Amino acid sequence: MSIEKYRRNFLKEVEERVEEGHWVKMCMQCGVCAGSCPLGPHWEHTPQKIFMMIRAGKREEVLTSDSMWMCTSCYNCIVRCPRKLPITHIMHGLAYLAKREGLVPKNQPTAQFGQMFWDNLVKTGRVNELKLSLGMYFKDGFGQGIKNAMAMQSVGLGMMKAKRLNPMEIMGGHGIKDKSGFSAMLKKARELEDARRKLA
Amino acid sequence: MADMKVAAYICQGCGLGERLDTANLAKVAQKEGKAQVVKEHPFLCNAEGVAMIRNDIDNDAVTHVMIAACSRRAKTEAFGFTDVALSRANLREGVIWIRPDDEASRETTQEMAEDYVRMGCAEVKKMKLPEIDPAAVTERRMLVVGGGISGMTAALEASKAGYQVVLVEKTGALGGWGAKLYKRSPSKSPYADPQSTGVDEMVAAINSDSNIKVYTNAITSKIEGAPGRFIAEISTESGPTATETVGSIVQATGFTLYDANNLPELGYGKSANVVDQAGLEALAKAANGGAIKRPSDGGEVKTVVFVQCAGQRDETGKHLPYCSGSCCLTSVKQAMYFKDQNPDVDTVVIYTDLRMPGNGEDFYRSGQTKGVTFTKGKVSSVEATGNTCKVNFQDLILDDQTAIENADLVVLATGQVANSGVDVDAKLKAEIAAAAGDNTLLDAYNASQTEGAVKPISVLNLTYRQGPDLPQLKYGFTDSHFICFPYETRRTGIYSAGPVRRPMDIVQAMEDSTGAAMKAIQAIENAALGRAAHPRSGDLSFPKVRIEGCTQCKRCTVECPFGAIDEDEKRYPLFNQARCRRCGTCMGACPVRVISFENYSVDTVGSQLKAVDVPDEFSEKPRILILACENDAYPALDMAAMNREVYSAWVRVIPVRCLGSVNTIWITDALNSGYDGVMMLGCKHGDDYQCHFVKGSELASYRMSKVGDTLQGMGLEPERVQVFEAAITDIERLPRLINEYSDQIAALPPSPFKGF
Repeated sequence: MSIEKYRRNFLKEVEERVEEGHWVKMCMQCGVCAGSCPLGPHWEHTPQKIFMMIRAGKREEVLTSDSMWMCTSCYNCIVRCPRKLPITHIMHGLAYLAKREGLVPKNQPTAQFGQMFWDNLVKTGRVNELKLSLGMYFKDGFGQGIKNAMAMQSVGLGMMKAKRLNPMEIMGGHGIKDKSGFSAMLKKARELEDARRKLA
Repeated sequence: MADMKVAAYICQGCGLGERLDTANLAKVAQKEGKAQVVKEHPFLCNAEGVAMIRNDIDNDAVTHVMIAACSRRAKTEAFGFTDVALSRANLREGVIWIRPDDEASRETTQEMAEDYVRMGCAEVKKMKLPEIDPAAVTERRMLVVGGGISGMTAALEASKAGYQVVLVEKTGALGGWGAKLYKRSPSKSPYADPQSTGVDEMVAAINSDSNIKVYTNAITSKIEGAPGRFIAEISTESGPTATETVGSIVQATGFTLYDANNLPELGYGKSANVVDQAGLEALAKAANGGAIKRPSDGGEVKTVVFVQCAGQRDETGKHLPYCSGSCCLTSVKQAMYFKDQNPDVDTVVIYTDLRMPGNGEDFYRSGQTKGVTFTKGKVSSVEATGNTCKVNFQDLILDDQTAIENADLVVLATGQVANSGVDVDAKLKAEIAAAAGDNTLLDAYNASQTEGAVKPISVLNLTYRQGPDLPQLKYGFTDSHFICFPYETRRTGIYSAGPVRRPMDIVQAMEDSTGAAMKAIQAIENAALGRAAHPRSGDLSFPKVRIEGCTQCKRCTVECPFGAIDEDEKRYPLFNQARCRRCGTCMGACPVRVISFENYSVDTVGSQLKAVDVPDEFSEKPRILILACENDAYPALDMAAMNREVYSAWVRVIPVRCLGSVNTIWITDALNSGYDGVMMLGCKHGDDYQCHFVKGSELASYRMSKVGDTLQGMGLEPERVQVFEAAITDIERLPRLINEYSDQIAALPPSPFKGF
């Protein structure tokens, strides 16, 4: 899809396919969100810029940005926005669209964790904390994994003492009763979402 | 007037009786002040005290009253005796409230009070009751120049208030810019959509109004006279010149759109698809709700780009330096023309700062809701590419140099240029700038005076000596006292309204014109009663000139901030009472001191400062004269007194109508009488002036800059005479300033003129 600059096509796409995307046009470029964001200096584009890029039709740049993955959902921007934009939700919506369009930046830790969490969860219907943390430790290779595990040793032991981390979970862990029903539910939810957001 | 009989009344209320020896004050009034009647009263402003004074006036033939009590700005109603000459000695705010209540200060405080009593008596003896000219005839009609929305509003409002109006319109039909619009920005809640202009209804209302007489295709070719008696010659294109007598004038001549031909870099004139806002309104009017077509070939419009601040807020000096404050509203409205007709049209507004005055913010939100795209950017150029345009701009949020390709239509938001006629101060401004080393204005002025140069066309064609139009302040807009009296111009009885006064939108222009109409009515009624307009509202005094002493130096005619003084056929000054604001600038300017008001003159102030008892040089009691502007500095001192701020006991304050009324003879007299210093407190001057009489304080500081020579001639230090700018808010600063100055003077040797 070719996008002309400063036309409405990408903005329209965002309105249709992104959670709360119809708010983007209401941004008045005051920059309060950018000034309020605790991650401000650490990411590529502030929300203010993201919204402007959407209007400027920079689809590729927006969806490959790491900004929405860096959002920690602190809600500072929503609280302060004079135009009441639900900025945090829009960022999450953009992240989802980027994910579905396969445009997530490579090795984006938030995206990696999200994927891992999802896979972990849908397997048994329960989160397997042990596998999840190990997966995170070792995602950048074996050596780094050992280093991470050593660094987090005291936390892990503490969690075990408090019965929050069971070493036996490595065997497959606990799950829910009706796994197939759970899968069917997720499938249906996705179908509904795809139809609503025009995601193929 | 019959025999003068002076009565002095000393009040003992408000602590005056406890702090001062009022018996001694009475003695001073009697012996030195030569008052025939002297009375003390424990509570002068109560009913009994007032009745006592009233009785003396009615039954004891008292003609001149001196009240020694509080400031002249207090108890004005109780002491409002209009049938006698009245002066006030300020013992409360001027003495006891600004001096500490202790044994050490008692003597100097008493001396201060006695001096004020002497001053009050001396002043009142030089005052007369103003005499109104009983033969004054007043015309109660109003002339409105300009038949646009502003002018029509002024006419309708004046008619509603029961006044007859003469409305003069240059073109063939009423309506002005308003009639050229397809729709206007909203004026009613919810401020979401463009609304009908309402011009047709206004024109119909005017045509059916028997109070309003309309001239179209007409100009005011000559206006002479003064408030209450203007004679306007109205020349029509076809036919004879009509003459109308009117009482006051509203100038609502509006604006001309800045010529987009000055903006070739933005594609104007290079492509038919680049239009200014007026051009788009014409397209919209022609389409009348249908799709607006591309001017070049009638093609479909898919993308419109609005370029804000085209030739405005310009820092290069080539275009308008200011913001017109209404074009953002207009662009949003025009974008809605497209959106309301077809939401799929792309409308991009490129702005640097979106300014949406009034309830425009709601309108802005409505535009966003409808999908108008707003982009913060600065357009560098517009290129014509066949039947479309390429708009190159710097995106200021994303900080990249980018472009919008294939725009079918580009709309330039050019600004408003005031139709204010001839700049009557052009030469003066140019000379001042040249004196400061900047010759650009002077060169431009000289070029404009050569043969064949395009001369600016006058709007009002006044026969005033100071020029044919209203004075301008900045950027060609008419000068008005923007802080206190926004509709007022420097020509009494002539009010400017609408975009000729300040760039504005329809809502503001209508409000403005209503205000101007009300002011114009006020001017008519004031003229009928022989009273001054603001800030001395109700003042009946008037400058009288002793023609036999006049040297025809023309200073008064040139310096009057209000152009009130013309010249008669013998080149003597000819005062127009109703034009005068009673500031006394002419009186301060007159080198031979032949101009005076009945109740304010070179003598009233001169005798006050001479009445002060100046101690000899061995007493170590300096005397400082303060001449304080009665509009700002004097009230500030009163308020400082209410806060019990303490200031030096060496000062004697005399309020003056304006620092511009200060004649240098007062300074010379004061120094000759042995004062050690003279301090003048006036208003801020310059482009952001606060002077109620606009030019008075400026003229005063200019005159005082020359006083140094006089002082040197007398062998005195130049720092003995100083001028300070004071605002009404300087409640804490002024006492501090006075004390610092007082210490400075005390450090100098005593004036050698003491005791002569």
